Amino acid sequence: MKLAGVLFLLAGWMIVLSALDLLRSNTALIAFVLAGIAVESIGLILLLRSHLRLPEETR
Amino acid sequence: MIPVTVFAETPAGAICLFSLLLVPLAMAGLALIATGLGRSRSAAHAMLASLCAVAVASIVYVVCGFSWSGFAGGPAHVWLLRGKSWNWIAAQPFFLRGFVLDGSPASLAAVFGMFGAGLAAIIPLSATMDRWRLRAICASTALLAGCTYPIFAHWAWSGGWLAQLGVNYGLGQGLFDSGGAGTIQVVGGLTALSMVWILGPRRDKYSAEGMPTAIPGHSPVYVVFGCFLAWVGWLGLNSSGAILFQHILPGKVALIAVNTTLSAASAGMMALLITRIRFGRPDASITANGWVGGLVASSAATALLNPASSLIIGIIAGVLVTYTVDWFEMWLKVDDPGGAIPAHALAGIWGLLAAGVFARFPGQSSPDGQWLAQVIGVATLVGFVLPLTYSLNWLLDRVYPQRVESDGERQGMDLHELGAGAYPEFVVHSDEFIQR
Repeated sequence: MKLAGVLFLLAGWMIVLSALDLLRSNTALIAFVLAGIAVESIGLILLLRSHLRLPEETR
Repeated sequence: MIPVTVFAETPAGAICLFSLLLVPLAMAGLALIATGLGRSRSAAHAMLASLCAVAVASIVYVVCGFSWSGFAGGPAHVWLLRGKSWNWIAAQPFFLRGFVLDGSPASLAAVFGMFGAGLAAIIPLSATMDRWRLRAICASTALLAGCTYPIFAHWAWSGGWLAQLGVNYGLGQGLFDSGGAGTIQVVGGLTALSMVWILGPRRDKYSAEGMPTAIPGHSPVYVVFGCFLAWVGWLGLNSSGAILFQHILPGKVALIAVNTTLSAASAGMMALLITRIRFGRPDASITANGWVGGLVASSAATALLNPASSLIIGIIAGVLVTYTVDWFEMWLKVDDPGGAIPAHALAGIWGLLAAGVFARFPGQSSPDGQWLAQVIGVATLVGFVLPLTYSLNWLLDRVYPQRVESDGERQGMDLHELGAGAYPEFVVHSDEFIQR
């Protein structure tokens, strides 16, 4: 799940970068930047969830 | 022969230089806050770790960090994509070879970058107190100052692709981050989050049912004095950054001082008010976190804000920090004793976004697309910097375990790593706050 979280974060950023280079319309650019951030949010949630379980030695 | 007037001899340069020399006070302030919010048995370790982090960050930044971050107009690796230039990374020689520190804007930017690296390196320490080995702190700081920080610093400050979003894609004036709300604070805060995840919480912080236990800081006096020092340091940070990266006139320093102070004051008072209402008494540590959050949020574009905007930015930063400190601890099991993640990462992100909404250039309204440039900056921090710093520190942890042994944690970092306590004449209490 940690690896998936990291990959989602990077994928979201790549969507933002690609949108910047490929899209000319302002509306489409905004939509794809927001979509990239939504993908990053999924990655962040995955990373947060994967660290919710506390290691035994810390209890 | 007529001597060439160097930037540092102009009024703007002189004020910039003076402001720059105040920045180490911000590091001292953050170090004191971290120490005060930690346990007494790890106090000396916390201060020494802060000093070591600043030392390692400064050395590594000069050795190789500046090579990647560079300065605006300096040599860089640039790709041409569909007719647009993407400036990815600087191409300066290592060890500042061939680079003259003569008071030019480029040389002051190098000093600013070095101090920024030190400041960013201190931030993770307050989130990872009582469990992070000193040698691991030095190694992790080297990764931060030599890799993560300079890359983003180049993109935001040195003519990198984020700074050129305005020129290339018509997004306002490119990313605003003159005082390092993103480049210093969010980078440091996300590194703190990565380290908290990698190290795990302190022993006995959570019960078997996952309920957090309050482990209060040992010295509110250090914490509040740290806030005063940080305030002075931030006045220097915001002033020098605005002169270097936004080319403001020296007279604007008065506005910067007012805006920085208003933002910190409103955030601190908001935190105090909320804790007074929620708990019946004001909480010194959360008020201090609110104060720092206000300073951080003011850093993105303080010279381009009016005082009313700064007040609003500070109020929202104070609310954000106060509630997220609890939220991280209670629901996300993030053990961050210094509140570094809310006060630096979240307040920094808020500062960047607020700059896109509130910043105004003289004689014109907010440039079109400025808010989108700020959003892309935040997306880059979360989508690139967080995975990078997490992966680098995870790899380091595989090679050299970064968490101290459980015996060391029980004994305290001072005795375990330094061989002596910070307060040898005091009676050392057991963990009276731990619920058994």
